Amino acid sequence: MNFDLSEEQELLQETVRQFAANECPPTRVRAIFDGDAGHEPELWKGLVELGLGAIAVPDEFGGAGLELLDQALVAEALGGAALPGPFLAHSLAGLAILWAGSDLQKKTWLPRLAAGERLGTVAFDDGGERWQPSDWSLPAGPTLSGVKSAVPFAEHADLFVVGTAGGGLALVERGARGAVTRDLHGVDRTRRLGELALENTPCESLPNGVAASARVRDAGLVLLAADAFGGAQHLLEASVEYAKTRQQFGVTIGSFQGLKHQLANLAVEIEPARGLYWYAAHAFDHVPEESERSAALAKAHLTQVYMQTARDAVEAHGGIGFTWECDVQIYFKRAMFDRAFLGTPAVHRERAAALAGW
Amino acid sequence: MDLSYSAEYEKFRGEVKAFLAGSWPLRGDEAKLPGEKRAALFRERAIAAGFLARSIPKRYGGSEQAADVLKAQIIRDEFARARAPGEMAGIGPSMLVPTLLEKGSEWQKERFIAPTIRGEIVWCQGYSEPGSGSDLASLQTKAELRGDEWVINGQKIWTSGAHRADYMFCLCRTEPAAQKHGGISYLLLSMKQPGIEVRPLRQMTGAADFNEVFFTDARTPKDWIVGKRGEGWLVSRTTLKHERNMIGDAANALATFQSLVSLAQRTTRAGKPAIQDPAIRQRLVQLEGYVRSHQYSGYRQLTKAAKSQDPGRVQLMNKLTSTNIGNEIAKLALDLLGDDGLYEPGERTLGAGPRSNAQWVGQFMWSLGSAVAGGTANIQRNVIGERGLGLPRDAAASAKG
Repeated sequence: MNFDLSEEQELLQETVRQFAANECPPTRVRAIFDGDAGHEPELWKGLVELGLGAIAVPDEFGGAGLELLDQALVAEALGGAALPGPFLAHSLAGLAILWAGSDLQKKTWLPRLAAGERLGTVAFDDGGERWQPSDWSLPAGPTLSGVKSAVPFAEHADLFVVGTAGGGLALVERGARGAVTRDLHGVDRTRRLGELALENTPCESLPNGVAASARVRDAGLVLLAADAFGGAQHLLEASVEYAKTRQQFGVTIGSFQGLKHQLANLAVEIEPARGLYWYAAHAFDHVPEESERSAALAKAHLTQVYMQTARDAVEAHGGIGFTWECDVQIYFKRAMFDRAFLGTPAVHRERAAALAGW
Repeated sequence: MDLSYSAEYEKFRGEVKAFLAGSWPLRGDEAKLPGEKRAALFRERAIAAGFLARSIPKRYGGSEQAADVLKAQIIRDEFARARAPGEMAGIGPSMLVPTLLEKGSEWQKERFIAPTIRGEIVWCQGYSEPGSGSDLASLQTKAELRGDEWVINGQKIWTSGAHRADYMFCLCRTEPAAQKHGGISYLLLSMKQPGIEVRPLRQMTGAADFNEVFFTDARTPKDWIVGKRGEGWLVSRTTLKHERNMIGDAANALATFQSLVSLAQRTTRAGKPAIQDPAIRQRLVQLEGYVRSHQYSGYRQLTKAAKSQDPGRVQLMNKLTSTNIGNEIAKLALDLLGDDGLYEPGERTLGAGPRSNAQWVGQFMWSLGSAVAGGTANIQRNVIGERGLGLPRDAAASAKG
């Protein structure tokens, strides 16, 4: 019985935390958030050099061959720093090719994604909350025509894994005929969103797409849950720090029970919930019969906790908490992303109920 | 991460199972004994076999095993599966015994521990007073040393099980000149004496599990004090530490949640099972998120304990988490009951399995009790805020000292 991280896992998480603290302190997060590019290749390159470009892809394709839990621990650390960049979407693109691609596709693309020579992303949303593989309607074929919404880093990606009707997956390269991207001004400026419009665009189908697409979605749910946990923890610490230093009526505001209880309630929401994403990630690799439902439960629960934390953190910071200048808003918007991307808590709770046979 | 147990522990599990297979339920004439006698007989054998009262030295009636949280968990799991009696529950074994082991004198340990863990003597706890609930430093019940006896006058309240108890461990003011915490001593006393009057307090559920206790020149021998005069506050903190440890078991939350799911399956809305109602499904899964969090948090704390590592502030949160989950389960249950929620509650039963609608009404009311018992939820929030998050003490309380 061991429900805890290994030393290697703790070291991995600490390494990413240190990287974020050194390479992407709040001032740099702020600069990227306020900038127009939305993506800093140098910062991304640093993460790739740490081996995070394809952490769960086997060694033979240039990855680190680790499990989803390891990848989720990285997501937690990046979420804690609100680190801008394409880690989530790029990771999912790699997993999609690994699980659904032909040998040739794997050999062609995975080493390039792992080395950061190419940036991958996923185009799953058909609009109108149609995120799930069963919702996709873009007709599959040798060419694709239609529009995919909410594509992370659409303006920067070199390779798109596109969800097609029936839950299939297809690869589209940047520059392919008829493929046009544009920025959609996503609320979370640390993870830009764009649109991918296709018109008779040549694509390569991933042969095992129908079998693998739900699993790619589930990995995404776990990574979002982990990001949410990291972000919520950061906001709690930041709010506690503020409550310890800010003075009103001649005392630090953290001595007021109203605020103390609000922060204690947040801590009780957050702290025990860590195991929810740990377990979902563990089940993903080791308890297949519980994998899909645990992922849905973790994503629904933790992203809701994050959103609640973000709201309360604004309140705890008072007026300054509502300003553009205060970093709370960066996390607040990341919480909005985590909550809605790949489907809202309500969508996944309904799925969890159905998966339980209720 | 590995949720299975190592071969060594699986071997131990085998030993536990083999013991249970041969010992519970009792057979032959022993099976005809009354329930309490059967449980006592079984416990005696389980202690002798080294499965119960494991942390307690043999000379005080325990089995004196090295501490091992994983073995303890295996024993709890297997005993529960076999529906065998586990460690004696209640305030004596869980609070007084650890306190005596840490702070008691030799004769107190020899006299009280063994019969307490066997369930032969029953204790109640005399801390709260009408004016002193969470603020125990303000308590007023006096104990005066006259010759070889303490003479006790005053009143306690919210004393669970006082009507059934043989003895009480209580906090009394013994040094009138000393202020606050300094003047309090920790005394043991017999409940079977003329100076004590127990008056039941009826709860909102209609049942009477706790009482007021009045002392009018009640007496207890001079050496029935635990720790030194005026140090009762420190002694009681040892006990409170154990009280916190005993609260917050996730298995209970999971079992109650499963009962809630079956309630949603057997009640109907608009002619269909309530569990098919989208709003009910949302609330159920939302609740399950909390229940599973609590469960996995328990796994993690168990792992940390097994490695002698500090699980951190999450430990301070177990009780509030359980309380919150219990409240939310009860609220949803009441919504499912509909007009059956109009009737007086029935007896509460814990654990899995179907429970009657009247029991759910009782559960709803009891869920409020858990927000008050053992320190109100707001006191828990103060503890989490101050000790867990490091926030400054409440301005008003600091001003008082």
